[in-house]
Amino acid sequence: MKLVVTIVGKDRVGIIAMVSNILAEHNVNILNINQNIMDGFFNMVMIAELTEGKIKLPELQKLLGERGQEINVEIRAQHQEIFNIMHNI
Amino acid sequence: MITIDDILETNRMITENKLDVRTITMGISLRDCAHPNINQFCQNIYDKITTSAEFLVKTGEDIESEYGIPIINKRVSVTPIAIAAEACQTDTYVPVAEAMDRAAKEIGINFIGGFSALVDKGYTKGDRILINSIPQALAVTDLVCSSVNLGSTKAGINMDCVREMGEIVKRTAELTRDRDAIGCAKLVIFSNAPGDNPFMAGAFHGVNEAEKVVSVGVSGPGVVKHALEDLKGADFTEVAETIKKTAFKITRVGQLVAREASKRLGVPFGIIDLSLAPTPAVGDSVAHILEEMGIESCGAPGTTAALALLNDAVKKGGLMASSHVGGLSGAFIPVSEDAGMIDAVARGSLSLEKLEAMTCVCSVGLDMIAIAGDTPAATISGIIADEAAIGMINNKTTAVRVIPVPGKKVGDTVEFGGLLGYCPIIPVKSEYSSAAFIARGGRIPAPIRSLTN
Repeated sequence: MKLVVTIVGKDRVGIIAMVSNILAEHNVNILNINQNIMDGFFNMVMIAELTEGKIKLPELQKLLGERGQEINVEIRAQHQEIFNIMHNI
Repeated sequence: MITIDDILETNRMITENKLDVRTITMGISLRDCAHPNINQFCQNIYDKITTSAEFLVKTGEDIESEYGIPIINKRVSVTPIAIAAEACQTDTYVPVAEAMDRAAKEIGINFIGGFSALVDKGYTKGDRILINSIPQALAVTDLVCSSVNLGSTKAGINMDCVREMGEIVKRTAELTRDRDAIGCAKLVIFSNAPGDNPFMAGAFHGVNEAEKVVSVGVSGPGVVKHALEDLKGADFTEVAETIKKTAFKITRVGQLVAREASKRLGVPFGIIDLSLAPTPAVGDSVAHILEEMGIESCGAPGTTAALALLNDAVKKGGLMASSHVGGLSGAFIPVSEDAGMIDAVARGSLSLEKLEAMTCVCSVGLDMIAIAGDTPAATISGIIADEAAIGMINNKTTAVRVIPVPGKKVGDTVEFGGLLGYCPIIPVKSEYSSAAFIARGGRIPAPIRSLTN
């Protein structure tokens, strides 16, 4: 399943490292990373491939959400299809 | 290829502009549950509902978390009980409503609709029993919603039922007076009711529907308003284009949710209802869209035109986004459920009479309107007759959901809670009586479909 992981919050050192580590630990392969920083606000979008069996999406969402909270950024992981269907005909 | 901007836009719609899927509604036919013994009938429908929709809530929650899109309600609609229960040897369907309520609670859904009768041309025995059971049924249940269709373009208006429903509304209010007449918030009186509407309180599973279907009602007034905020001073061509594009995006999400729910539940996809359904939350108001278009306060002259444009553009944008569209599909204007409408009533810019005009060009009708508890039944019937006539002549669905709150008068406020919201009591301006008109009864003949001036 292709996932979109979005991270929004105040910029600081190590955000990408933390998220990539969590994904790597659970065998989630990162396919693409896009980021920008606007007015000190960090916006990052990752496309990743979740292999069934290693970790289920709800558990990954919970983990990312909790770890994000610790460093004050909001992390969401969603099935990619919602973005495809909304923006492509 | 999706871009970072697309992704951030989608998530902003969800987090800031309150884009959500209002409801996944499973329609279930109860036609095979008929039985002369009402206890057996109740058992049959309880079993059928709890088996068919056992995984509805779980499926909704799974989709919600996987795609990150809130799905606010999970609901069930059933065959109009006046039809399904007609074989029962009984003089009341209150036990049926109780069985529906128990089934709804067992599977954890938010509402169950279909305590309904379709009487636009005339009553059967079951229709009469059902209508008489409505006040008690709504008083003793929590999740059951009721509706009566008493008019249509094909058949005209059943004025006997119009008279009766004025009294039923009053009695329902009286029996739930300890809860600010909440029973009336679960009772909709329709003209041209669609059988595939997923929205409450008017949902029922039409007799021409399949055994089971899954339908989805989308929402998203906040997203439309946000899109218009960047168009200050733009002309209406641009306004309409922007609403269409936004409605397309909103509806695509509904289509995705419907497709997934249908696949996971093993139940065919019915329709997407393209409605803009407001909630009392700030930033989720249809009135605020009209005000964003340049109406200072909802109800001022121009409101009907603004609403007509909005309603039409939502349909045009949404139609292409979904494989099947149906239900009520349009902008809803439920007063107590829309922060902007509530403010407009409190300010005095929005009246019952203006709302009636607005219902000519948008979805449904006089919805969630609290009126003084001492409003005569014949006046309520008059309001119902007017709304039914608008629906009948204009070949559209109209409805009345008014709440005559016992003990409250103009100047008071009533609080229903949750999605149902709160509202000041709206004045019914006319002091003159409709009693002699309503007392006539009979049928208003079906209208001519040509010479349409």
